[in-house]
Amino acid sequence: MNYRTPEEIEIEARELFSKYISRVDELKNKERIAIPLQEMPTQAPEVRIHNLQEVALGYTPEEAQLEAMRCIQCPTQPCVEDCPVHIDVPRFIDRIAHGKFQEAVDVIKENSLLPAICGRVCPQEVQCQSRCSVGKIFKTVDKAVSIGRLERFVADWERERGEIGVPEVKPDTGKKVAIVGGGPAGLVVAADVRREGHSVTIFEAFHKLGGVMRYGIPEFRLPNEIVDKEIETLEKMGVEIRTNFVVGKTRTLDELMNEDGYDAVFIGTGAGLPLFMGIEGENLVGVVSANEYLTRANLMRAFEQDHAVTPIYRSKVVAVLGGGNVAMDASRMAMRLGAEKVYVVYRRTRKEMPARVEEVEHAMEEGIEFLFLSNAKRILGDEKGRVRAMECLRYELGEPDESGRRRPIPIEGSEFILDVDTVIVAIGNGSNPLISQTTKGIETNKWGNIITDENQKTSMDRVYAGGDIVLGAATVILAMGEGRTAAAAINKMLAEEIEKEKQQLEEARKN
Amino acid sequence: MSKIIKKEQLSENVFLMILDSPLIAKERKAGQFIILQIDPEYGERIPLTIADADAEAGTITIIFQVVGLTTDMLSRLNEGDDIPILVGPLGKPTHIEKFGTVVCVGGGIGVAPLHPIAQALKAAGNKVITIIGARTKELVILEDEMRKISDELIVCTDDGTYGRKALVTEPLKEVCERKEKPDMVIAIGPPIMMKFCSETTRPYGIFTQVSLNTIMVDGTGMCGGCRVNVGNEVKFVCVDGPEFDGHLVDFDNMMMRLNAFVDIEKEKYKCYLDQIAEAKLKSQKAEVEQ
Repeated sequence: MNYRTPEEIEIEARELFSKYISRVDELKNKERIAIPLQEMPTQAPEVRIHNLQEVALGYTPEEAQLEAMRCIQCPTQPCVEDCPVHIDVPRFIDRIAHGKFQEAVDVIKENSLLPAICGRVCPQEVQCQSRCSVGKIFKTVDKAVSIGRLERFVADWERERGEIGVPEVKPDTGKKVAIVGGGPAGLVVAADVRREGHSVTIFEAFHKLGGVMRYGIPEFRLPNEIVDKEIETLEKMGVEIRTNFVVGKTRTLDELMNEDGYDAVFIGTGAGLPLFMGIEGENLVGVVSANEYLTRANLMRAFEQDHAVTPIYRSKVVAVLGGGNVAMDASRMAMRLGAEKVYVVYRRTRKEMPARVEEVEHAMEEGIEFLFLSNAKRILGDEKGRVRAMECLRYELGEPDESGRRRPIPIEGSEFILDVDTVIVAIGNGSNPLISQTTKGIETNKWGNIITDENQKTSMDRVYAGGDIVLGAATVILAMGEGRTAAAAINKMLAEEIEKEKQQLEEARKN
Repeated sequence: MSKIIKKEQLSENVFLMILDSPLIAKERKAGQFIILQIDPEYGERIPLTIADADAEAGTITIIFQVVGLTTDMLSRLNEGDDIPILVGPLGKPTHIEKFGTVVCVGGGIGVAPLHPIAQALKAAGNKVITIIGARTKELVILEDEMRKISDELIVCTDDGTYGRKALVTEPLKEVCERKEKPDMVIAIGPPIMMKFCSETTRPYGIFTQVSLNTIMVDGTGMCGGCRVNVGNEVKFVCVDGPEFDGHLVDFDNMMMRLNAFVDIEKEKYKCYLDQIAEAKLKSQKAEVEQ
């Protein structure tokens, strides 16, 4: 697709808008689907590879309303079913079509507290947009209604007007809940539990909240300002935040519960333990996990090389291993940090990539070269132990494996050399061992993920868990979904307890 | 946030600080470390071993040598100043039990983290033979403290200005050859010293534990920057360590990895020192003009 400037997109949208808006309630489905899909305006690729600002710029009101008019309000509503937190998508889109943006936000917030984030980082094409009736008509998900972009639009609209409402908090119940980890799952639990009047403390190992949204997802995809806003809301609700606090080390989970008086704990520590491939040369200088690379660049601000003390590799030619969002983030960050050439090396093909379609498109526009059906065999170093090249093997796709994706099979004798000075490994994360190492009685599976029931309750009484520490490396929205479930279960448990205590008190009084 | 309660200069480049940190003081065990960051926005996170702690007073002691920008900045802070980011205690504690005779070898400021371990080993009923070494007399630290908890103390300097003129490996070899062979050796110091201590004890088959201080960002297992080859496995110093079997550690690779950012670090440090020198010059000039 050719790059179109935001101005070009806007002019076209304005013309169409005036044509349709007067008949917004009378449009026939045929007319609705004739409205062209509204492209997301973006910074020009040659500009954005030199800055850290957000790539996608967001819709104008006209673009948003036009896109909303494409929704045919089908009765089957697959989008609601496919949303992990079941947002009433058709209803909020209808409100946007009518220019009632505040009402649209209110609809979303019935189910999701963080629409500005989800609108940006959810993999909509495999969730709400995957079975969209409009997409079905065109026989491609690419033509589905852009639900994510619309969600982002109204969330931004609200934030930019500075009128984000602080959810109402019920009177103090005297119950205390500890949240371990300030990432997407933990933030959602904090808000939902605090609303019921329980006292909430978030314990975060780093010096800033946000988890993967802070250290992992770069500014150009999710600006820190948005995460800050959400945290500000939590603070206004009276949530206590304790940074630089590693549960399991600074205090153990048992101490929090037995000595510090927490009535319930939610563990949302994420999947922070980078996997490596176990190939030759993996410990050479210049081989780095995507976690480390992105944490240096984002959280530690090494992108601003003149200000930050934290160093980062000054790479010329970079190979990123992997095909997920993290691989896209790392490769695009490398580009922005001044690399002359960036390769993404992935064992399967574009079709099997787990990354969001939009991120792959953006990466390609930015000049990143994708080597599909290829994988690292070994990494070669110079006399100082620094990376000088990577030997790769070509692959072909065989039968589908248990994940449903066709299994990549190496082609014998297909070795080729890639001259690189940096290798970023983005092949996934294991589960962080700190809690399970230091907490007796918490059950984990063979990968170290905490085992929970359908209410996110762990094997320990009063202890719940959710997000990547349960799921393995997944997505922000799935973590939020689990957070919601856990919060509901915690709230229910505490409500029952309060009720019981009341009864006991009354009985005691009677006697 | 943690206040500096006390600051003491032990030698030209070595400083001791007592920090207010009740939670870490209470939880920490011998062998564990902290991570600190001086500037909460643009600072760097560095790991430092906890040299001592006083749970009642709620304080921990760190001893560090100025080797680069962050340790230099830290050395310029004074009593009453705050360190904005302090997190810990991290890493696994040293496994302490009665082994028999344990040789504790400390090189340079490695004596600082060695002290609480030797102390715990002594308390567990071990015979503790301590060897401490430094480049020169001024760099010998914690001699009295180590003497108090050791059954035998050997001090050596590279240049012979104090104690024996020898590298620590020399007396270590002699101790290994004694009739009463030690049951265990703990060596903490610069990587090269730990490497050669491990090589010294290898022929005698004496288990030798080393404590590694690699590059880290988070210190909780998340970045993998601290990874080392131990035997045939890749280990993370922050969550699997910091202590490992010295006979299995690939020190050469570790030392290369420690130098990963050496050029950038030097550049940033020089830039910082230039800025300080310039500011000093300016204030001197202003004084003269007045």
